[in-house]
Amino acid sequence: MSAEAEPLLSVRGLTRHFPVRQGFRARGAVRAVDGLDFDVRPGETLGLVGESGCGKTTTGRMLVRLLEPTAGSISFAGRDITHAKRGELRGLRQDLQIIFQDPYASLNPRHTVGRIVAMPLQVNRITPPGGIKHRVQELLELVGLNPEHYNRYPHEFSGGQRQRIGIARALALKPKLIVADEPVSALDVSIQAQVINLLRTLQRDLDLAFVFIAHDLAVVRHFCHRVAVMYLGKIVEIGDRDTIYTHPQHPYTRALLSAIPDVTTLGPAGRIRLTGDVPTPLNPPSGCRFRTRCWKATDRCAAEEPALTVRDGGGQLTACHHPESGPVGVPTGETVEVSP
Amino acid sequence: MGRSEAVPSGEPDRPEVPEQRSGDGPYLQVRDLRVRFDTEDGVVKAVDGVSFAVERGRTLGVVGESGSGKSVTSLAILGLHNAKRTTISGEISVGGRQLVGRGEEEIRRLRGRDMAMIFQDPLSALHPYYSVGKQIAEAYRVHHPGAGRREARARAVDMLGRVGIPQPARRFDQFPHEFSGGMRQRAMIAMALVNDPDLLIADEPTTALDVTVQAQILDLLADLQEEFRSAIVLITHDLGVVSQVADDVLVMYAGRAVEHGSVARVLRAPQHPYTWGLLSSVPSLHGDADADLLPIPGNPPSLINLPSGCAFHPRCRWAGVNGDRSRTEVPELREAGVPGHLVACHLSAGDRERIYRDEVARVGVAR
Ligand SMILES: Nc1ncnc2c1ncn2[C@@H]1O[C@H](COP(=O)(O)OP(=O)(O)OP(=O)(O)O)[C@@H](O)[C@H]1O
Ligand SMILES: Nc1ncnc2c1ncn2[C@@H]1O[C@H](COP(=O)(O)OP(=O)(O)OP(=O)(O)O)[C@@H](O)[C@H]1O
Ligand code: SF4
Ligand code: SF4
Ligand SMILES: [Mg+2]
Ligand SMILES: [Mg+2]
Repeated sequence: MSAEAEPLLSVRGLTRHFPVRQGFRARGAVRAVDGLDFDVRPGETLGLVGESGCGKTTTGRMLVRLLEPTAGSISFAGRDITHAKRGELRGLRQDLQIIFQDPYASLNPRHTVGRIVAMPLQVNRITPPGGIKHRVQELLELVGLNPEHYNRYPHEFSGGQRQRIGIARALALKPKLIVADEPVSALDVSIQAQVINLLRTLQRDLDLAFVFIAHDLAVVRHFCHRVAVMYLGKIVEIGDRDTIYTHPQHPYTRALLSAIPDVTTLGPAGRIRLTGDVPTPLNPPSGCRFRTRCWKATDRCAAEEPALTVRDGGGQLTACHHPESGPVGVPTGETVEVSP
Repeated sequence: MGRSEAVPSGEPDRPEVPEQRSGDGPYLQVRDLRVRFDTEDGVVKAVDGVSFAVERGRTLGVVGESGSGKSVTSLAILGLHNAKRTTISGEISVGGRQLVGRGEEEIRRLRGRDMAMIFQDPLSALHPYYSVGKQIAEAYRVHHPGAGRREARARAVDMLGRVGIPQPARRFDQFPHEFSGGMRQRAMIAMALVNDPDLLIADEPTTALDVTVQAQILDLLADLQEEFRSAIVLITHDLGVVSQVADDVLVMYAGRAVEHGSVARVLRAPQHPYTWGLLSSVPSLHGDADADLLPIPGNPPSLINLPSGCAFHPRCRWAGVNGDRSRTEVPELREAGVPGHLVACHLSAGDRERIYRDEVARVGVAR
């Protein structure tokens, strides 16, 4: 990964609205994703974090073209793929894969592991040198499974092993970018550690890029080079991992980091407790969408939407009129209740 | 599982199962619980002699490897296993009432009112064809037969708001597929809490939630506990959450309890090699972000053919310390120095202390 490399994935103004119906009549729209701009370079991992319902899964599904964007553009390896048709997608699917969150639901229980991992090769009518079976066994080995597992069924595997099967399937076509939607959330910490180590090794060896959706900020810290923080369909802060974790400027990022439960402290830990109204993407607040819960909100925040840009010479991009400065402190054990 | 909970039966409330009050013992008491499943491949010993107790107003955190029997234990307490394929033995008492061996009908009456469960998989607990709000309202009406539709709706909207669903009145009529993953989980939590249960079993209640919502849900459980002195069993992979909210911790491995004690003891002075491995696997918030994580080597054991002796021995670095013992003899759960802190391991107290200090604490745990 190098900073100068051309982006592999480039997203501009990416938007997805879902119509809300009452009976048959459309009654407004859920603005699930509302104008995202970001790039991912070859071999880089971008972490996508943020509140439940802020649009992470919707974004991931648009990136791999499982969901049609309402507006905006996606370009991949220099090609505009925003509205690529089925036929054109075939070549594309090879380079762009997704790992689903749920290792239980995403594998067909009636197919053998061999058949599951071979599926992308067959669908794309690819016969690798040495044959399909050989390639599948290679893949199983790559993710730390035994080639003898070829004829077994998913229910015979643990959660971590099943997640590895999903990873082997995603790797079958030698992709350049993998969108991973909460790939380790359902796993216990030991298996989670195994899978994270595996993904890191694969990334090093195969120069893979990832968009890594997760809500566990400790896991994101161990796997991502850059981090984008989303709030209500928008990116509010994006930058290098260390900058985001040590010098976040957006008030929401600070609140998020303060709420991570830390196993090294016992008892109720201190955090920034957000009060104020939780807004909805059905009817987002004017101006800054975080203002209904932000302790720094001013009239300007209601009137004018803050742009995602460099603030106060920070190393990241931040969408806030009144950015915070200085490092995040170690939690003091005190919960600070904040209100707008 | 749980689908039957979500589809309201509309059955009226019956008189209570008589309480057999035996003093003021723990609200939930589980003794030597064993749960077995008959499968084509053989008998799965999913839970193999587990005992624990939870008093009113207290929280037990249950941690352990995927497949170690945590969910199976909680489904047994709620009486939700299929009786034809499951053999359950041991004792389970809730509020002084023995549950093992009782009819399904009786247990069902307790379920939802005196005890409730937040299921690990929200999709399996929410019915796809009913709106989210309607399912919560019906869960309320089942146990409040006097409540009218409007009251039940108001109660459901209130609960959706309390679990942090914005604009709950508008969300009431939406279907599960229109909710994000985390919102579905919160909807299920609302359903479990709608009747202010005395015993709440929460199976990974916050796994799909971001940290701010997670903190909000944990606050909500704390409120419930304070207001109704509820006993809570919290199953989670997140040791950070356990360290914040649990009073006691039960560590499970391969269907057995391997360590049990106060949260301060189990997380600060862990005694079992499996617990050490668990704590070392946690990605740290402060240490080197580029260092590889330290998982426990190997894979979970088969529950049909459990390893002999200590089930953890094929993965334990110290299995050879006492000669053959770890491979031949099942270690009993015994007090480990401090009253109430129990551990099932053949290592002597001296060995455990030395190994922990010299080989474990320095590399992984409590980084
Ligand atoms: N098919 C759909 N119809 C209507 N609304 C939808 C649909 N899918 C998603 N939404 C809405 O879009 C918003 C974003 O959902 P999304 O699943 O992308 O969130 P997320 O960030 O992945 O959340 P989580 O962390 O909880 O998984 C939510 O408000 C959700 O209710
Ligand atoms: N109905 C069933 N029939 C056969 N085996 C079962 C059944 N239900 C559970 N098991 C097995 O019992 C064991 C314990 O499962 P359980 O769901 O309790 O694990 P868990 O500790 O909750 O794991 P996780 O952390 O992954 O949720 C597993 O090996 C599982 O495969
Ligand atoms: S723009 Fe205003 S409301 Fe938004 S985060 Fe910044 S200070 Fe808070
Ligand atoms: S009994 Fe033996 S194998 Fe089991 S945890 Fe203790 S030392 Fe390890
Ligand atoms: Mg999601
Ligand atoms: Mg479980």
